[in-house]
Amino acid sequence: MKAIDQTLALAWRSLVQVRRNPWELGDYSIQPILFLVLFLFVFGGAIAGSPENYLAFVLPGVIVMNMLFVTVYVGHGLNTDLTRGVFDRFRALPIPRWAPLAGRILADVVKQLLCIALLLVVGYLLGFRLETSWAHLLAMVALVLAFAVAFSWVMVLVGVIARDPEHVQLFGFTALFPITFVSSAFVPVDTMPTWLQGFVQANPVSLLADAARGLMNADGPALEPALGSLAWALGIALVFAPLSVYMLNRRLARG
Amino acid sequence: MDNAIEAEGLVRAFGATRAVDGVDLRVPSGQVLGLLGPNGAGKTTVVRMLATLLAPTAGTAHVGGFDMVREAARVREIIGLTGQYASVDEKLTGRENLILIGRLLGLKRREARARADELLGDFDLREAANRPAQTYSGGMRRRLDLAASLVGRPRILFLDEPSTGLDPRARRDLWERVRQLQAGGTTVLLTTQYLEEADALADTIVVLDHGRVIAKGTAAELKARVGGRTLFLVVAHTEQAAAAGDRVAGIVGTQPRVDGETISVPVSNPSLLPAVLRDLDAAGIEVAELGLRGASLDDVFLSLTGRSGASREEPGAGEDAA
Repeated sequence: MKAIDQTLALAWRSLVQVRRNPWELGDYSIQPILFLVLFLFVFGGAIAGSPENYLAFVLPGVIVMNMLFVTVYVGHGLNTDLTRGVFDRFRALPIPRWAPLAGRILADVVKQLLCIALLLVVGYLLGFRLETSWAHLLAMVALVLAFAVAFSWVMVLVGVIARDPEHVQLFGFTALFPITFVSSAFVPVDTMPTWLQGFVQANPVSLLADAARGLMNADGPALEPALGSLAWALGIALVFAPLSVYMLNRRLARG
Repeated sequence: MDNAIEAEGLVRAFGATRAVDGVDLRVPSGQVLGLLGPNGAGKTTVVRMLATLLAPTAGTAHVGGFDMVREAARVREIIGLTGQYASVDEKLTGRENLILIGRLLGLKRREARARADELLGDFDLREAANRPAQTYSGGMRRRLDLAASLVGRPRILFLDEPSTGLDPRARRDLWERVRQLQAGGTTVLLTTQYLEEADALADTIVVLDHGRVIAKGTAAELKARVGGRTLFLVVAHTEQAAAAGDRVAGIVGTQPRVDGETISVPVSNPSLLPAVLRDLDAAGIEVAELGLRGASLDDVFLSLTGRSGASREEPGAGEDAA
């Protein structure tokens, strides 16, 4: 299939780019490890009594946080293409209109997969042991990836609206920090003030972190938060995919 | 097929601004058309419509015989486009950029590599082939950009201000390549702000202003209309410039442009020069410099519209910057 080939070529291009972008490469390798190690050893004692006790709790949280941060590059890359004229070059080629976006999101899935694998390996080296099964672990990866694809559309919108790639990162991270940290990704919800707990429990990041935790550790529910985060993913995609495409077409029609 | 590009009544409005306001174009196959005009004249908008990047508000156009709106996908198969800003992926190497385009055009992996290497050789980029494009000089980047638009051997090539930002040597090099393409039968539509460039490359020149065609013809025809030459005069004392301008107008018959102590006006008859000098001398106006030079875009505009071309404000918001 020609369209699939073209999408794969565009995904290849997004992945090859990373080689020449030390910052981006660092965000997929050093940053997730750094977050895991810092959270574990700095906060572990205070939150869970010891880093060893905290690892099983924080590893799924870091996986979810890192997934959200990596999606920023979807918007960053798209914006770079738009502002530099690369997007126009693609549009003047006989390829489907959706191929550049599809290629970018596909490349994002590959990056996400590598990051999750890296975190799991480092987690293992730090002493994490899977309490459930490989099937549960695969379900966790699939769930996080599904959420990543849905959430990418938010970043596509940011990439379309922002004036330049720097603003994508500014907007992206400014929005991501509160929703990531005001969640159950790093600390148990019941330690927070009551007025905050309602928000935290409704936050899709909490649901996703709880689901990942449930799928990697024997204690705690998995199915309910997993369905909750899938519902959120669907909702986000249904709202942001059409909105992003609409805004993209508007931007392109500006000349 | 006689005409590679045929456009009738092309209009593109951005809000209340009509960036392109009823443009007709005809480019015979294998010819080079130069679209000449100042910033904001609507050149880029015309190219973006013909290259299927922008829908027209009104009007029709056929590119290579295909309707640019209804058969946009067919148009994209036969065109190449090089934008005003080198649109290559800076993080990829030159070679990777060309391979990517080849793959997107449906070439097999091996074919795409072979075509990339061929173009890298043609465009003197072999040594830089495996370096990221962000390390390239402006001239190299433009060569890569042009090479990228030629991967699919397009029958019709759009070059939007191809020499912007190039030093004179790189510009000559680019011109040579455009001539080679034309010799190979490619139809080229190029936009430029420089009469010199249009003169050097184009079979026909269309002058665009405020989204409208204000003149068309060969370079020689246009120059004949402009008078071919410009008389320029520098007065020794700025306060005498206005008076000198009036006297020059009386002799030449056209109101000249006065800019500080410099006065310039298109002339058709170079022998007016001594008459101007005598007249100014008689009026007691001291002349620091007097001479003739070839017509510039500015002179074309002054002659065609009575206004200066280059110093005008841009009407459309960011219209030519896209």
